[in-house]
Amino acid sequence: MFQEDVSIVICGEAGQGIQTVESILIQAVKFGGYHVCSSKEYMSRVRGGENSTEIRVSSKRICAYVNRIDILIAISKGAIDHLKERISNKTIIIGDEETLKHVENENIIKIPFLKIARDIGGPIYANVIAAGAISKILNIDKEIFDECLTSMFARKGKKILNGDLKAGDEGYKVGENILKSDKIKVQIVKDTKIKDELLLDGTEVVGMGCIAGGCRFLACYPMTPSSALQVFIAKYSEEFNIIFEQSEDEISAINMGIGAFYAGARALIATSGSGFALMEEGVGLARINETPIVIYLGQRPGPAVGLPTRTSQEDLDLALYGHGETPKIIFAPGKLEDAFYLSQKAFNIADKYQIPVFILSDQYFADIYYNIPSINLENVKIENHIIKTDENYKRYELTADGISSRGIPGFGDGVVVVDPHEHDEKGHITEDQNLRTKMVEKRLKKLEGIKKDSIPPELIGFSDYNILIIGWGSTYGVIKEALDNLNREDVAFLYFKQVYPLHDSTKKYLDKADKTIIFENNAESQFANLIKLQTDFKIDKNILKYNGRPFSVEEITKSLKNFMEVG
Amino acid sequence: MKPEVFDIEDADIAWCPGCGNFSILSNLKIVLAELEIDPLELVLVSGIGQAGKFPHFLKSHTYNSLHGRALSPATAIKAVNKNLKVIVTTGDGDMYGEGGNHFMHTIRRNPNITCIVHDNMVYGLTKGQASPTTLQGMKTSYQTEGVSEEPFNPLAVAIALDASFVARTFSGDPEHMKKTFKSAINHKGYSLVDVFQPCVTFNKINTYQWFKENTYHLEDSHDPFNKNEAFKRATEKDKYPLGIFYKNNDKKTFEETLKVYTDNELPLYKRQVDMPKLVDLIESRRRL
Repeated sequence: MFQEDVSIVICGEAGQGIQTVESILIQAVKFGGYHVCSSKEYMSRVRGGENSTEIRVSSKRICAYVNRIDILIAISKGAIDHLKERISNKTIIIGDEETLKHVENENIIKIPFLKIARDIGGPIYANVIAAGAISKILNIDKEIFDECLTSMFARKGKKILNGDLKAGDEGYKVGENILKSDKIKVQIVKDTKIKDELLLDGTEVVGMGCIAGGCRFLACYPMTPSSALQVFIAKYSEEFNIIFEQSEDEISAINMGIGAFYAGARALIATSGSGFALMEEGVGLARINETPIVIYLGQRPGPAVGLPTRTSQEDLDLALYGHGETPKIIFAPGKLEDAFYLSQKAFNIADKYQIPVFILSDQYFADIYYNIPSINLENVKIENHIIKTDENYKRYELTADGISSRGIPGFGDGVVVVDPHEHDEKGHITEDQNLRTKMVEKRLKKLEGIKKDSIPPELIGFSDYNILIIGWGSTYGVIKEALDNLNREDVAFLYFKQVYPLHDSTKKYLDKADKTIIFENNAESQFANLIKLQTDFKIDKNILKYNGRPFSVEEITKSLKNFMEVG
Repeated sequence: MKPEVFDIEDADIAWCPGCGNFSILSNLKIVLAELEIDPLELVLVSGIGQAGKFPHFLKSHTYNSLHGRALSPATAIKAVNKNLKVIVTTGDGDMYGEGGNHFMHTIRRNPNITCIVHDNMVYGLTKGQASPTTLQGMKTSYQTEGVSEEPFNPLAVAIALDASFVARTFSGDPEHMKKTFKSAINHKGYSLVDVFQPCVTFNKINTYQWFKENTYHLEDSHDPFNKNEAFKRATEKDKYPLGIFYKNNDKKTFEETLKVYTDNELPLYKRQVDMPKLVDLIESRRRL
């Protein structure tokens, strides 16, 4: 019996419609009054292979992946083998009797999904029947499930919708029979308020933040896992006055973006690992010509092609380092609210300091869905940093804080000259050694203001801690849940959403701990190295995962227990 | 308007004495003045190379970009503010070598910009290596046995891609050059002007004299709307024709395809975030 939390995993081949099932079920769960969190893993192929989506249903707010599978919907023959490391003797497997004909396991419930589907009109309906069965098992009202189906399939025409509604009916019958068999029982407390909450994923919330930040331009080249953000912006570009252009390559994308920002349109760049590597030349341009640019970097395991559809936190160093010496800012949101707020802020802060600002995400965070009560829009405002130029305007005027007012062409009486060489205050080429020194110092001077504006790490848990867990970006959810499960008064979690430059309070938090442990989805502990470099603090234990999969709550919990016992 | 409007006081011109760039610079100023283009509405975008320095010697808004990349920012600048006149000044190595991919795809995109390629058939700034347009057989410090490849034919490539305006002129023929620049700048859509110019320092083959002897004007009877004929003329090598090879006035410009201008002519920097609409979008995620 599941009373607090149940983890349901749907697994099948690419092209078998897992995403449709996910879309229906997460909505049904939310409207059914449960907290929901889904995350997915998939192969880099359009057909075949094995992909899976985990949907957690809970009485508590959740935003993390668990390794445990309570109920597995095996749509393909290979699903059980694909997930064998996560299947335990408690996992209940539900699958089609034909597909799983040769699979023997005492926990399998074989259902004639395909046969019922064919009676309705074709095997295409099998997934909806399975979703209906799950919805029934979760005690979700049939009306809610039907509404979800209607919302999803109405645009496909009456015939298909009717077929799906019929499939839903059959699914509920299947679910009822399963319940009668007493093999599964779910009694999770519902909260009707959840129905009215937002259900968002880590990509669209970044997209919404970018819109709130005044994004007016996106040029991009498709690359997983950043393509989803590109798709989001493309979809809403007309509504929100954004120019969207698929460029011939990443080099063109970033050069277009910087050009757009130069001419007054806030621009976003969205890419991943090796795509970003191609853009590094452009980042250098933005840094010396002091044009703002916002770069969304969806991390995946590399180098080069690596694991295209998997997750990692390997590109912190890539974002951080580069040709020449000028400041930049790197955000790494780990929860949806932060993703919105930081994406919005990225545009203001890039514009203020005329530098590249990064939003580091990854496949895991880009694809995670969960419900949140709201997004706070009260503090959202577009800070205007463009000035009207006068006749004597100098684009790179030397100033006390290193910031030269930024004019744009066509607004004012001055000419705006930007240049990738070292330049004089007017923007023309110079090789004067004294001017070079001044210009380097001017650009680096901005770091002082940037540091003052930096976002402090967030301390979660007890403020009087001995043991401090450190994490950044997408590991927020799993670490937070593991911490909650431990329920110990001497442990806290320091979550970094801005990873560069570090806020001044960082050292104070670290020094207070007797023991420190960091979790990172990479092999070199890039963030721990950065902390060492910036604060001279050495973290005691580095738990690193670099197989392309996210940490699970169980892994974190186990590592923490081990760390507390053995060190 | 006087050409001096475009002069920059104390500009430290970095070109060799006798360089073809001087004539391009002075004649472009004349053309801009004749066309009454306000320096405050003009953005010169360049790449890297001797031609890339061009905007530093002509008063206007300037976006000196990276090597080979000028067309990408030029496209974006024009896209976000249609009121600006955007001219790209670049060289043969910059545009046809390093920027080759952008060259092809900008032609397809067809932004309403003019691209002037200072084509001296050699790398100047890096001291005399072969460029994509260097003729076969020329010996350089890199190509010690002489260039073995067939030169890149920018006009033929542009015509094949249906560029909306394709022309060639010669820096030693100011009247022809001015006329060509004027037509190119007035043309709606992407206009390519490949300008033959001598590199007096590193190209001892393609000199003023050589260009004079090896070029001729396309006849007045040449029909620039005939694509096949234009392509044929662009492949002539015994002597190189100068003039407007090809035009296509039927193509939509990139800006005309942008939905941001469907019912709003304002440049993007003047637009505000539609917060109520964003709230609606966010709130829609509470519903099915």
